[in-house]
Amino acid sequence: MLTYALRRTLISIPIIILATFLTFGIISISGDPLQEIRQLPNITQEQIDNVRESRGLDDPVTVQYLRWVENIAQGSFGEYMISPRAIWPDIQRVLGNTMQLVIAAEIIAFVLAVFLGVMSAKRQYSLFDYTTTTISFIGYSFPSFLFALFLQVAVVQIFVRTGVRIFPIGNLSSANPGTGLSFLIDRIWHLILPMASLAIFSVASYSRYMRASMLEVINSDYVRTARAKGLPERTITTRHAMRNALIPTLTVAALSFGTLLGGTIIIETVFGLDGMGRYFFQQLGRRDPYPLMAWLTIVAIVIVIFNLIADLLYGYLDPRIRYD
Amino acid sequence: MTEQEDRDPREDLSPRNEHGFPGSQEQPGGASLTRGDADELPSEVVEVAARSQWQLFRRKFFRHKLAMGSLIFLLLVVVAAFNAERIAPYAFDEINVTRANTPPTFADFHFFGTDQLGRDYFSRVLFGTQTSLRVAGVVALFSTLIGTLVGAVAGYYRGWIDSVLMRITDLVIIVPAIAVLLLAAAFFGQGDPTRIAIILALLLWTPLARIVRGVFLSLREKEYVQAARASGAGDMRIMFRHMLPNTVGPIVVNMTLVLASAIIIEATLSFLGIGVNPPTPALGVLINDGRSSMQTLWWLTIMPGVALVLIALSINFIGDGLRDALDPTQQES
Repeated sequence: MLTYALRRTLISIPIIILATFLTFGIISISGDPLQEIRQLPNITQEQIDNVRESRGLDDPVTVQYLRWVENIAQGSFGEYMISPRAIWPDIQRVLGNTMQLVIAAEIIAFVLAVFLGVMSAKRQYSLFDYTTTTISFIGYSFPSFLFALFLQVAVVQIFVRTGVRIFPIGNLSSANPGTGLSFLIDRIWHLILPMASLAIFSVASYSRYMRASMLEVINSDYVRTARAKGLPERTITTRHAMRNALIPTLTVAALSFGTLLGGTIIIETVFGLDGMGRYFFQQLGRRDPYPLMAWLTIVAIVIVIFNLIADLLYGYLDPRIRYD
Repeated sequence: MTEQEDRDPREDLSPRNEHGFPGSQEQPGGASLTRGDADELPSEVVEVAARSQWQLFRRKFFRHKLAMGSLIFLLLVVVAAFNAERIAPYAFDEINVTRANTPPTFADFHFFGTDQLGRDYFSRVLFGTQTSLRVAGVVALFSTLIGTLVGAVAGYYRGWIDSVLMRITDLVIIVPAIAVLLLAAAFFGQGDPTRIAIILALLLWTPLARIVRGVFLSLREKEYVQAARASGAGDMRIMFRHMLPNTVGPIVVNMTLVLASAIIIEATLSFLGIGVNPPTPALGVLINDGRSSMQTLWWLTIMPGVALVLIALSINFIGDGLRDALDPTQQES
């Protein structure tokens, strides 16, 4: 089990290397990393040439890439092109904020989807089932940025009409968030709208999978046996049926973790949150390859870790699974 | 005995043909079934079977009320959007400051209201829908072509093409697709609808390639494929005349999925300012235009937004109807 998971993790290392190389190539060939410096006032050609030389921008792409890898091996993501400031502290700050958002969204989406999926499977073709199905279709068709905008409009309109400020529509914390518990509550309060916008697509997609796999399990022999021996319906659902039906949904959730992280690019930009997504989008506008590379590497590592956790969870949920 | 052996694979095939009925529509008479050495089998029988599959599909699809309603709605939208030059009451960039900031009204045909410059939003949404639909159509067409071709070759020949394809799919799991899209659009898009469409097509073909590969992997072991090979059919003929018609179902369903997601992704890119650039109207551009004043001039965000959601929703419903109608396990309904 553990060896299988480790083997899969090792396999992803060459993929990460390939991904970073391709990205580096694309960015270096097509972008102008000095674009921002050129636009600075009072900049002379000599200064530009100095930066160009000190950063080795005239070297072949492969040499530049190897230099980047060398930096990584020494535990450094390098510095920004425009100023000699290290990238890592910034990433560290935004990564923490984003992980709060993404993990909360993933957990809420998963729990809600499991609930909806189980309920619609148990009452197949009921009004509840049709309603959830229709809502999940709307969830598929609603671009997350638009959902976020609509939420913002709704919250502000309620504020204008009634004077009640239900949720903040931007930022991660209030001006004076306090410490300890009050900080936590303040943070959750700020994260609710972004979380909802981020989770809507996942809820729609996971609940479809959960419904399908639950239907399959409910009609299987062992569930019929459980019912025949007189177990209460609740026990059958939670202890017998759900446990197996969770496995495919968990796979989907684990594989979609990257999509969710990618979704933060849009959501954090709309809500103005200081996280990985907004960071990526800001750096994208600057055409500076190094922060973008750092972002991709970190995100890839996070996704690999989450796939690893999912692999380990299967073994726990389904003892039939033996990976060798 | 040989007669018997020849007969079996075809009889075995006829129920499977329901995956491929739009294909057999394009090749009347179930060309894939009757071609060549089908002398022993009365060709009428097969023809009737093929047609009844088509009828079966039609009946099931027409019964799917949401899908039918969506299809009618989408057709209306497509016709209206591509005739925007004729239908729209105003040009999309026609400025009329005297009528600025009008909420939606029937007066002067400002159904969706006007913006700060007095531009008519109904016209802008019509033209924007045209751009968005055009981009999505190109994406669906090209990504389907690439995905089918790569998936067919990978599933049929396996080998290195297969490994490369699978590694690419692995890559997509580890790197968020939207980040790759944003990178590509920011560096190569230059705000041009055609370029955006090509970028999306080049990045959205992998799921279909995997699906087609899977179907081809199982089809290549079927008796009728072996029979075709034994009777001397070339690889191209087997792949595209025999196996492809049996893959059309999943391909068509996937095409609707790509169409819907292409519309959403293009809108997202345009909203973030790296998709279609203004002044070209696209739904995402319009939403972004309205965003700065969305609290007071709400219609500037809501109207193009609702149009976008309705289009994506109707495409998804059509896809669902197609999937149900094509699903052989739902025979009894």
